[in-house]
Amino acid sequence: MADILVVGEILDGSFRKSSLSAVRFAAEVASATGGAFDILVAGDGAAGAAAEAAKYGARKVLSAQIDGGYVAEKVAATVAKAARDGGYAIVTATAGTTGKDLMPRVAAKLGAGVASDIASVSVDGGAITYRRPMYAGNIFGHARVESEVAVVTVRQSEFEPAGEAGGASPIEAAEVVADPAAERVKFVSLESQKSERPDLTEADVVVAGGRALKSAENFGSVLEPLVDALGAAMGASRAACDAGYVPNDLQVGQTGKVVAPKLYVAVGISGAIQHLAGMKGSKTIVAINKDKEAPIAQVADYFLVADLFEAVPALTAAVKKAKA
Amino acid sequence: MKILVPVKRVADPDNANKMKVSADGSSVTSEGLEWKINPFDEYAVEAALRLNEKGGSGDTLGDVIVVSLGPADVATTLRQPLAMGATRGILVEAEDATLDSAAVARALAKLVEKESPDLVLMGKQAVDGDSNTAGQMLAEHLGWPMATFAMSLEVVDGGKALRVGREVDTGVLTLEVTLPAVVTVDLRIVTPTAVKNGVTPADHAYNEGARYASLKGIMQAKKKPIDQIKLADLGVEAKPLVSYAKFEMPPARSGAVTYVESVEQLVEKLKTEAKVL
Repeated sequence: MADILVVGEILDGSFRKSSLSAVRFAAEVASATGGAFDILVAGDGAAGAAAEAAKYGARKVLSAQIDGGYVAEKVAATVAKAARDGGYAIVTATAGTTGKDLMPRVAAKLGAGVASDIASVSVDGGAITYRRPMYAGNIFGHARVESEVAVVTVRQSEFEPAGEAGGASPIEAAEVVADPAAERVKFVSLESQKSERPDLTEADVVVAGGRALKSAENFGSVLEPLVDALGAAMGASRAACDAGYVPNDLQVGQTGKVVAPKLYVAVGISGAIQHLAGMKGSKTIVAINKDKEAPIAQVADYFLVADLFEAVPALTAAVKKAKA
Repeated sequence: MKILVPVKRVADPDNANKMKVSADGSSVTSEGLEWKINPFDEYAVEAALRLNEKGGSGDTLGDVIVVSLGPADVATTLRQPLAMGATRGILVEAEDATLDSAAVARALAKLVEKESPDLVLMGKQAVDGDSNTAGQMLAEHLGWPMATFAMSLEVVDGGKALRVGREVDTGVLTLEVTLPAVVTVDLRIVTPTAVKNGVTPADHAYNEGARYASLKGIMQAKKKPIDQIKLADLGVEAKPLVSYAKFEMPPARSGAVTYVESVEQLVEKLKTEAKVL
């Protein structure tokens, strides 16, 4: 039996939906081991987030109000205390930037090993094995955590968000624990660009552009119409982000966002190993590139050898027609 | 300020698709691949040098100490940051197989206690294991504040604190950490104006990326000291908390690429074959 604590993320006072991947993982392991899972939300706006988190079938939801913007030092001690008090075998979060920032700190408090960014889990008797990508997704390792408690972060693109379970989990207050390290760090600001488009990591269709688009203006005038015709999220290669064509948070790759949509359209992206690591789990991959030998061909299902400045507007028109 | 930069060697990340798994799945081999310094660690070295110099003048404001854990030949890996301009090196001898992030973090914590740096600056992740955990664990062991995934660094408060821009899922999160602290760096820390130390003229723009070692730097690096110690000397037990039962190659994508002739044919395939339109 393994009880699991899911550390849910709070963003703008709401329970962040990306946390539902960790909930899915927790529900899977709980059911395989005959254990239960709880969700902890710790941060500013915890009460509201807890009410939302209560919809997903947890045995209970723990809520800890911590004022101010997120910094790991303000949250880690509270998470560790809840983890110890509840006697959980696994403490988990989705492997977004918050989970990756916070959870190793929690693990160090608990003396726990961390299985990072896992793609799947298997339970065999008492042994739990975590399958995780390494070497930019070129190798998968089957990790075992030897410590009494395991800290696990789960890859959002590999765990479908948990659905609502009907009913509401009871909500309890969790003890907020002060941490001296928190006195030496100050949250200043969070600057985000709001977009009407679907979230990159949640979208069914992603259209991503590379350096071949040549400018920010071309991202707007050439790529965006295709993005919107497909109802897609927009992504980009590292080169396009580095060149300042689009914000960095659109970067897809080993160190950016990992996506696995039903359709991924790579426009003017050659396909460096680091980029492939972030998108090769996509179901159908389309490449539009002048160079038919570009490495993106290794993962593409369909490859249109063409000048993107002609092909993309034509494709936009054809998609609009097909969808009409 | 005194800056400690841990660096790791990794199999050439630009050829990571040539990594192989042994026949019995028990190990990973990088045969035929060159060892390179982990790119994020190289960026941390660059950021440390920028923090500790009067840009353009060659004057340094403090020591940059590079440290690596591994077999004796990681000394070769340490020579590169020394050639870039780091002051000295520390090699902690240990078998690679006994090192996981937790062991590395505990060893680094002991070294920090001995060296008392103002800042530990390191890559956000090593691109072999891709765990992204050692820096955070180190900060916790030390009881220090941290800033992970840094894309910008600015010395503030008369040198007592750093203002750090962090790349996060939803944009840029800015925070201020009081030194001493642990900072892990992301890709954009090596853009021309990402590091501001208050001494380098504000309009000084660095070249994009980590600097190359000059010939003079390479010659000087040969004479720079590298202290060798053993993991056990730090009182750290080499006992990983995470082990690997086996390794495997990722499942191959089904089917080869189909080259389509026209936009019309592409749309047809997406509609009838892939059924995604």
